[in-house]
Amino acid sequence: MEKVAGAGQYQLSHLELLEAASVHIMREVVAEFEHPVLLFSGGKDSLVMLRLAEKAFWPARFPFPVMHVDTGHNFPEVLEYRDHRVAELGARLEVASVQASIDAGRVVEEPGPNPSRNRLQTRTLLDAIAEHRFDAVIGGGRRDEERARAKERVYSFRDEFGQWDPKNQRPELWGLYNGRHRSGEHIRVFPLSDWTELDVWQYIAQESLEVPTIYFAHRREVFRSDGMLLAVGPYSVPPEEEEPFEATVRYRTVGDMSCTGAVESNAATLEEIIAEIAASRITERGATRADDKASEAAMEDRKREGYF
Amino acid sequence: MELLRFATAGSVDDGKSTLIGRLLLDSKAIFEDQLEAIERTSRKRGDEYTDLALLTDGLRAEREQGITIDVAYRYFATPMRKFIIADTPGHPQYTRNMVTGNSTADLTLVLVDARKGIVEQTRRHAFLASLLRVPHLLLCVNKMDLVGYDEEVFDSIREEFKAFATRLEVADLSFIPISALQGDNVVQRSLNMPWYDGQSLLHHLEHVYIASDRNLIDPRLPVQWVVRPTASTIPDFRGYAGRVAGGVFRAGDEIMVLPSGLTSTIASVDTYDGPAEEAFPPMSVIVRLHDDLDISRGDMLCRPHNRPTVGQDIDAMMCWMTDRPLEQGQVLALKHTTRWVRAQVRDVHYRLDVNTLHRDEAAEDLRLNQVGRVSLRVTQPLFYDSYRRNRATGSFVVAPEDTNVTSGAGMILGMD
Repeated sequence: MEKVAGAGQYQLSHLELLEAASVHIMREVVAEFEHPVLLFSGGKDSLVMLRLAEKAFWPARFPFPVMHVDTGHNFPEVLEYRDHRVAELGARLEVASVQASIDAGRVVEEPGPNPSRNRLQTRTLLDAIAEHRFDAVIGGGRRDEERARAKERVYSFRDEFGQWDPKNQRPELWGLYNGRHRSGEHIRVFPLSDWTELDVWQYIAQESLEVPTIYFAHRREVFRSDGMLLAVGPYSVPPEEEEPFEATVRYRTVGDMSCTGAVESNAATLEEIIAEIAASRITERGATRADDKASEAAMEDRKREGYF
Repeated sequence: MELLRFATAGSVDDGKSTLIGRLLLDSKAIFEDQLEAIERTSRKRGDEYTDLALLTDGLRAEREQGITIDVAYRYFATPMRKFIIADTPGHPQYTRNMVTGNSTADLTLVLVDARKGIVEQTRRHAFLASLLRVPHLLLCVNKMDLVGYDEEVFDSIREEFKAFATRLEVADLSFIPISALQGDNVVQRSLNMPWYDGQSLLHHLEHVYIASDRNLIDPRLPVQWVVRPTASTIPDFRGYAGRVAGGVFRAGDEIMVLPSGLTSTIASVDTYDGPAEEAFPPMSVIVRLHDDLDISRGDMLCRPHNRPTVGQDIDAMMCWMTDRPLEQGQVLALKHTTRWVRAQVRDVHYRLDVNTLHRDEAAEDLRLNQVGRVSLRVTQPLFYDSYRRNRATGSFVVAPEDTNVTSGAGMILGMD
């Protein structure tokens, strides 16, 4: 092929390349599926996805609803952000409630103090997918987060039970995504597969996106639990031997109050967060997620069952 | 900052995991908790050393069996570039994974053990990289420390590989002598090999020129989605959204729409962030035209004097990726750019031995992990270029209509 003189002027930055690929994925989903939905937790990855959805379908509104799988153990600041952002975009919000699943007897709360609802939400998610007949579920998972995720496709096929079969994934080549499926099966779609945590924050800064306040350093009453700092709250009550104390902290991930740890930090602006992450020697999940510490293959096992 | 995607292939024996581990460690992309986790696993398994392969072998079965079964993606960055590694297993039974990893790569890194020289696996990796038309091929001769950093060993491997590569089509071929374990020529130039006057591996990855690898000659925009807002504030907006697959589009350009053959001019190239002066690969944009034409998903915008081939008879190299063989007469769903069509297999011309490049003309089918040349007839015309000319408009995938599983990857042959 002949070379073009001055090809260097046709350059995209890494964020532009990642954005162009993600927008392409979202458009493919809308073109080829009947009932797509975008999972929105209010966390940094899902709020980046909302901006990508805005860009993909501008000047029209993005043509799918957003869904929050609500464990009932949320940070109030995040729920506030969720409602405010959804209203601002004029999007339709579906809330799938883990509490409702418990009340209906679909799942049983784990015994013991500060029960985690992390695993329970898989049932709630799968029930909601079946109820709404969603055939494409767009999630914010990234391959740099975790080893099992590093192996997952952008279009991740789920059988009629919502299960992921990591040893039998469809080959995925070029940008040719295969969303073909039978009724009752669905595809999980991960437009942020190739983004890293740092990319996400750089993009948030580039786009001047508003984020939930708990990502910034603030004073909070916390206690130590299994090497992490947990917020004192209704779903995370410190055991008697642990003395709660006040500290300046922020959150690197947004999950349940019962199992998401805070990190000690003074980062109060996006620039300071980016600097902190660039220098961090610990992954975001390693720093803050009790759910992943359960076992070495915790994420793979949960994903097999139909988790995000 | 630029982004470079590169694919690696090989087994633990080649030192591939050690090399990737070192690149990640030295660029601080391995985190303490990840290192602790793999140290724990290594101890539990009774390994004598911390097995860096555990970083990429993410699945339970992989860790238990100490093998890599699928493509793993890893990310690291230097102040110069961001890197995405597609780390693929090297066995012949994982040819499909290698093909997958190479399909989007800018560069393929092939590792050779200096003590063993060019082996079957080396030739297979290099062939697959050239089949997938990865623009840059880098041969790293590893374990130079175990051959006394001997220049002659490196030279003889280089010459042997060069001779083999004349049978392939490789646009850019480079060679670096390294020791992944000792760190020679990985990040810093090695003092142990003063006879080597090239750059270190990381320097090569940071500087290899990739901007002209895209096709900026042939304007191609497969229409993905027609944007027609219903809001009363923008009543007449009608735009064609898509990812530029080739060439450059500007406002004022005369364009042709396929398959209709109708022409118009571009009114504007739009994005959420405002009008774009030019659209080029791989941008995702919205194009508006001066005329109201009937255009839908699967159509293609090109230039009246630079059009892709329009046709229903496709001649392609195909890599087969599933247990049920590809056979003459079989009907498959086929995705090319933004269209799904049906395809019938007309002929299997030959099967190519990925190790020897021997053509078996008597072959009548392609089985799992085999590569061969096939003819297909499709139900509706495709708008395509040869894969050699354009990876985006020259590639397709097929899936049987009963299983829906992606079963073959095709690279269209043709005149350039």
